[in-house]
Amino acid sequence: MSFKIIGTGMYVPSNVVTNDDLAKIVETNDEWITKRVGIKERRISETEFASDMGYEAAKAALDNCGCKAEDIDLILAATVSGETVSPSMACMIQNKLGATCPALEINAACSAFIFLLETAAAYFALRNYKKILVVGCERISGILDWSDRGTCVIFGDGAGAAVLEKGCGYLDAVYNVKGGDDVIKIPHSLGCSPFFKREQDSPYIHMQGQETFQYAVTALCEDVNTLLERNGLTMEDIAYVIPHQANKRIVDFARKRLRMPEEKMVVNIEKYGNTSSASIPIALDELARNGKLNRGDKIILCAFGGGLADAACLIEW
Amino acid sequence: MVQEKIIAMLAEATDTDAAEITADTKFADLGIDSLDMTEMAMDLEDEFGITLEMSPELSTVGKLTEAVEKLVEA
Repeated sequence: MSFKIIGTGMYVPSNVVTNDDLAKIVETNDEWITKRVGIKERRISETEFASDMGYEAAKAALDNCGCKAEDIDLILAATVSGETVSPSMACMIQNKLGATCPALEINAACSAFIFLLETAAAYFALRNYKKILVVGCERISGILDWSDRGTCVIFGDGAGAAVLEKGCGYLDAVYNVKGGDDVIKIPHSLGCSPFFKREQDSPYIHMQGQETFQYAVTALCEDVNTLLERNGLTMEDIAYVIPHQANKRIVDFARKRLRMPEEKMVVNIEKYGNTSSASIPIALDELARNGKLNRGDKIILCAFGGGLADAACLIEW
Repeated sequence: MVQEKIIAMLAEATDTDAAEITADTKFADLGIDSLDMTEMAMDLEDEFGITLEMSPELSTVGKLTEAVEKLVEA
């Protein structure tokens, strides 16, 4: 017994930042960003914290399936860019929703949404929970070095959520962690201890582009192929693959290597950039609300990112 | 054979006539960026069953061909 997804929601800030807008801040241009990462614009928060966006996405997901906050037995949230370490974003969202259920946060960077689903499946097996709310929420703009054109053009803010109900739609999942900070890292502030002697690394996203690219493409292809093989499926059986929206070139190259038709690979990065843990639920919500998903469709969600952590899951809609 | 493969990949990736690409052609002159290089390295690894460490020194078709051939022979 696992779960089925009964509602989805998303929220992005209203402030649209185009490539031309970024060209006024760092030395870049629309052509370079479009060619390099496939992004035309992203939403950047002016006033919303990660938990504000998470709350809006959660509310949209609850509304989408006619659920109320009191129907939810557990809230699982993910972020790398919350406004507080404590309370967690899950606790803040619980408070804003007026819910009273337990709430906890998981950090698996850009792969976190799939880790949330796996954790939810475990909770459904462990306890007599009927509904779990999962939320990825990010104000990534707060952890970007806005003088580094290599990273500040890639990311965007936003949140995505899903309501899960006990059921049989979570068919299989694959997880890998190759722990280390040499490819992607986001250092914390080291604080002001007068006793601590190590130097502060800038508390922004640090990413080795080529290594990230290679890791992401390899992980995405291996994880998708593992799910297909383990479940006796081919790409013909899959309605859509929803990858983490990291970089259009990663997705395009992985699609080529997976020999997948373009229409099965869901891409919306041109509008939102890389929203880390929010990217998959945002893409899922758009797909569902546009009427592209039918009950019984098999879809694959797949993600990769800091950790290094990658994951993929097979879902029957 | 390695060089022909590299030239074919470059011709396809950059919409360039393969006849215009030689051992002396620099990747930078074809407008190839670091992610293009990574894509090519991953395709070459699959094609020849090797593990290729890309480096800025492999800046021309000839230098990359030599590096791949060494790995294939090893």
